Amino acid sequence: MAERPHPYLALAVAQVRSQASYRMSFWMDLAGNLFVLSADLLALLIMFRITDDLGGFSRPQVLVMFGISAVAFALADLSVGNIERVRAYIRTGTLDTVLVRPLGVLGQLLALDFSIRRLSRVLYAIAILTVALRSAQVSWTPSKALLLVVAVLAGAVFFGALFVATATVAFWWIESGELGNIVTYGGRDFTSYPISIYGAWFRRLFGFVLGLGFVAYYPALALLGLPDPAGLPDWTGWVAPAAAPVAAAVSALIWRTGVRHYRSTGS
Amino acid sequence: MPNVTATVARVPFRNFSEVVGRFGALAAIGFRRYSTYRQAALASLATNTMFGFLRSYVLLAVAAGTGTAAGYSTQQLMTFVWLGQGLIGVVLLWGWTDLADRIRTGDIVMDLLRPQRAITTYLAQDLGRAGLAMLIRFTPPLVIAALVFDLALPQRAATYPLGLISITLAVVICFCCRYLVNCCAYWLLDNRGPTMIWVFCSGLLGGLYFPLHFLPQPIMWALWLGTPFPSILQAPLDVISEYAGSPGPATILGLQVAWAALLLVACELVQRRAERRLVVQGG
Repeated sequence: MAERPHPYLALAVAQVRSQASYRMSFWMDLAGNLFVLSADLLALLIMFRITDDLGGFSRPQVLVMFGISAVAFALADLSVGNIERVRAYIRTGTLDTVLVRPLGVLGQLLALDFSIRRLSRVLYAIAILTVALRSAQVSWTPSKALLLVVAVLAGAVFFGALFVATATVAFWWIESGELGNIVTYGGRDFTSYPISIYGAWFRRLFGFVLGLGFVAYYPALALLGLPDPAGLPDWTGWVAPAAAPVAAAVSALIWRTGVRHYRSTGS
Repeated sequence: MPNVTATVARVPFRNFSEVVGRFGALAAIGFRRYSTYRQAALASLATNTMFGFLRSYVLLAVAAGTGTAAGYSTQQLMTFVWLGQGLIGVVLLWGWTDLADRIRTGDIVMDLLRPQRAITTYLAQDLGRAGLAMLIRFTPPLVIAALVFDLALPQRAATYPLGLISITLAVVICFCCRYLVNCCAYWLLDNRGPTMIWVFCSGLLGGLYFPLHFLPQPIMWALWLGTPFPSILQAPLDVISEYAGSPGPATILGLQVAWAALLLVACELVQRRAERRLVVQGG
């Protein structure tokens, strides 16, 4: 018997092939994805036309935070961003099809909507981060290089956890609309800037309670060798990636509760 | 052979009050239709508020050193951000694909068979929708912001009527832009590309992410004169926050009137052109 590919992989490959067959649409989407990230970057650069520092940090330093956040978010968006569509699956009943198959629900949903075009955003974000790190003149050590890689991957896991957790809301509230964007896209914007610019309660709520401060801000401080204006010890940046597995565990718990809560809408 | 067109003959004008009455009835339909989407409005409101906070803190950080940025006081900047967040829902910057969807499915035939121009129907309903949005999407973010931030209230009494006129013109201009973007579906069917370009331009070049006065002067003026985007958000925001620099309120309103007229004509021309080539499939 010929060796069969892994079922999840087969689902994802089928998706990529079907999307690439609409060529014009595929390329337009690819270009559009770059537009979105360019808008955020342009906005940031224009802020620095007016001022020399944001929350006590220079342009290259803020760009390092922006870059880490952008790569992490793009990776999360590439791998699990499509989970947002679970709302449509619940409303139309497609989720029933997924539930009766002998595969994991989450894995199938991700493979069902896998879109390779979001890869362009990852590559673009990596380019931004590379330029930012060069202009910020980081004094590299092997441990810092390791921290950079771990921080970016941990950030991706963290954003992925946010995507899954917010998509789960649809199990209870189908018309929840763009509510999840508050912590997903809002979270991306939050982490793109130093958290020292935010008001005290806002910074505590999103930076520490939700944990968004550990995605880009503290790892960037450690890479740049800067002290935290808020007074947290210097090693905070080195342990910050540990927030990601915690977020992933909580998110998995929410997802399982959601799936168990699911009642088909019927047709 | 007699002329064959895709549309029926128009009902001739009888009197002015009848035309206004019909327009008003359509606006009332728009108002009522959108008042049923309560959950979606609530979710959008929460999202607008979150992004309002993020933009506020970024702009406050920009102005932190001197207390001003490009001629805006910090209070004016806060008014700018929160009026902008409230107006997203009023001008309906994103998410309107009704027309493009109807073109793709062929339902557009129903609109063309009606005894008045499609654009009149859609514009009337959109103004009704905007009226509702002034109540449920515009006011709440401003109230929340007033509790947390120091907002600049208009100092001159004239600012209130001028602001209202500017917002109304902004709704018309934004409607026309959306209408034109949707009309691309007559030619393309898959309208994702034009929609994406619109989302990018309307936000970045319209003054949503940062006041356009942050840009170099020549670029800012080129945007004002050469594109309709500043007339959608930057215009009412500058009028109501009483920005002291140039362009002043009179110039802004003049530009808005010009863009509204130009775009309405453009919509009508594009619509006519599209009707001549439209082939609806199926039975």
